[in-house]
Amino acid sequence: MATAEFSSVNTLQSNGKYAVELKNIHIYYGAFRAVNNVSLQIERQRITAFIGPSGCGKSTVLRAINRMNDLIPGSRLEGQILFHGKNIYDPDVDPVEVRRRIGMVFQKPNPFPKSIYENIMFGPRINGWRGTKQQADELVERALRGAAIWDEVKDKLHQPGTALSGGQQQRLCIARALAVQPEVILMDEPCSSLDPISTLKIEELMFELRQNYTIVIVTHNMQQAARVSDYTAFFLMNESRAGELIEYGPTTQIFQNPQDERTENYISGRFG
Amino acid sequence: MSAQSMDQRDRPTGYLPEGADINRNIAARRLRGAIWQAIFVSSLIIGLLALATLIYTIVDDTFGYIAVQTKVDPEELTGGRPLEELSKEELIEILRANVSAGLFRRFDRDEPFSERSKESVLQLVEERVVGREVVAAYKLTESLLERERIEATVRERFPRAKLEFHSWINREFLTRPMSSVPILAGVGNAILGSLWVIAITMLLAIPIGILGGVYLEEYASDTWYYRLIETNINNLAGVPSIIYGILGLAVFVRALESFTSGAMFGVTDSNGRTILSAGLTMALLVLPLMIINAREAIRAVPQSLRQASYGLGATKWQTVWHHVLPNALPGILTGTILSASRAMGETAPLIVIGASTFVVFFPDSVFDKFTVIPIQIYNWTSQPGAQFRSIAAAAIIVLLVTLLALNATAILLRNRLRRNY
Repeated sequence: MATAEFSSVNTLQSNGKYAVELKNIHIYYGAFRAVNNVSLQIERQRITAFIGPSGCGKSTVLRAINRMNDLIPGSRLEGQILFHGKNIYDPDVDPVEVRRRIGMVFQKPNPFPKSIYENIMFGPRINGWRGTKQQADELVERALRGAAIWDEVKDKLHQPGTALSGGQQQRLCIARALAVQPEVILMDEPCSSLDPISTLKIEELMFELRQNYTIVIVTHNMQQAARVSDYTAFFLMNESRAGELIEYGPTTQIFQNPQDERTENYISGRFG
Repeated sequence: MSAQSMDQRDRPTGYLPEGADINRNIAARRLRGAIWQAIFVSSLIIGLLALATLIYTIVDDTFGYIAVQTKVDPEELTGGRPLEELSKEELIEILRANVSAGLFRRFDRDEPFSERSKESVLQLVEERVVGREVVAAYKLTESLLERERIEATVRERFPRAKLEFHSWINREFLTRPMSSVPILAGVGNAILGSLWVIAITMLLAIPIGILGGVYLEEYASDTWYYRLIETNINNLAGVPSIIYGILGLAVFVRALESFTSGAMFGVTDSNGRTILSAGLTMALLVLPLMIINAREAIRAVPQSLRQASYGLGATKWQTVWHHVLPNALPGILTGTILSASRAMGETAPLIVIGASTFVVFFPDSVFDKFTVIPIQIYNWTSQPGAQFRSIAAAAIIVLLVTLLALNATAILLRNRLRRNY
């Protein structure tokens, strides 16, 4: 296990198999235990899907990976989340840096009420980007191309991002996340508010992004998990209403040959 | 399964209207709705009636006939030229020729003629020589409906007087300072006083209010002492304004007199009852409102925007500066303008800290004595005589129009700047 401070490790040089490792994490909201003892490893440049019924803690676990839960007063985590071998919950780790390197796309598209161009450039600018106007244009184009939305918006870069359709807004949000070149992209039900065609576009996009990024996606849609993901983690609420990891493995195995009866029930639609 | 047994099985306990009862029941519900609607409408009508009465009373007092009588015909003094066109020197000559030598010297002692403006001399001539005097004033309704009776009364009681239709609100009224003669009085210095006080109030209350609101909303954690502060701020917003007056009197007028009177800066001829004290007191008064309003505007910024910003690696300050504040701005501005109009209409605290009710000069620094529009209204309504009532009504119109303009600006700004998320 590498023990180096993760900020000193360059993405490209780092060749460990796992991008993120969760070790026995428990997540609390005040006194309430929302997630109980979850351990799993997220493989680099693969798509990992978190599935499970509502309230099973999958979103909470996802948001723990880039410390977004810190924003909720009273939330607390026990255990370790290793990123480049370093626990991101160590007191010497700045959550800002974690979020800078582990990007996030939210359930509801949330572009800033600014132009498309400004939406993309916001991340680089606040993170200390320096460059010419031309380099900025290039960065914007690359990010929008990366999110497969360039052709649709190239003529209206200076129009508000909020004027786009829902699916376009979500891809804009993905482009915005790409602009700061994160290593991992967390997606919290990115397609739940989109129509089937927009959903398909996002799924195709995820396949492309997989070449360069590690993606973790939370989804309610089991077909989606089966279609896009390489690994699937199935979560369920236990008797005390805390989320637990029931089964984790390659997607084909989870869907075709689940080891746990509860997984099988859920996959086949018998509950949840 | 037979229909009957199903009927019995599905029938719940209790009674639900059936058949013709359904229509009766609906009719009864509709009637109840109609009665409530009538109550709502009548409440609205009562409100409108109150408003209409207010406006009627004010307008009734503001316009109407006045009977004017002069001691001397101004054209005799000047040989046909209007007084306004004369030079300052000519006006001084007229004054010298028509008042006693002692009175003339007293005017010169009060303020040397060489230093007086032409307007001030003109006012002396009008008051002391021409003696334009309103001997009777009538309300708008009587002026319109009982014209003959008014003309007859005036002819009989003041044979020398001329009857003319007068609007008590006019350009001179807006620009002139206070005077003891109603027809010569104006709200000019009161308007200027109000503007000075509002400027100081807002200069202090806007930054402190917004920054305090940002801290409480974005930074402060949910602990007992912050909750205590919050409760206090909410309570302060409801404290009677006269209490702030007493606070202002104790702190700004008395304790900080050397600062508020300007003695610290070399101003020698004033005490602590200055524009500065008034502005500081008003700032304290509107500060809780500003903080509450800023917090609400900040809270209305969708959480999803903050998350998007944090998710990109923004710090708290970057999130607040780039997203929270710009998106809260319309709400903050609206609240600011509403606070300004509250401060503009407030009277009680200024009476306590000692606003002057009779100021005849225009303020030109924050260390001057001052009067504001509501104080003038208060002063004039407490004077006997129909003419004072009329200028009070005219001043009320000035105040109302100012407040209306401020509120309209608030609405326009809110609509202009409102964003879609």
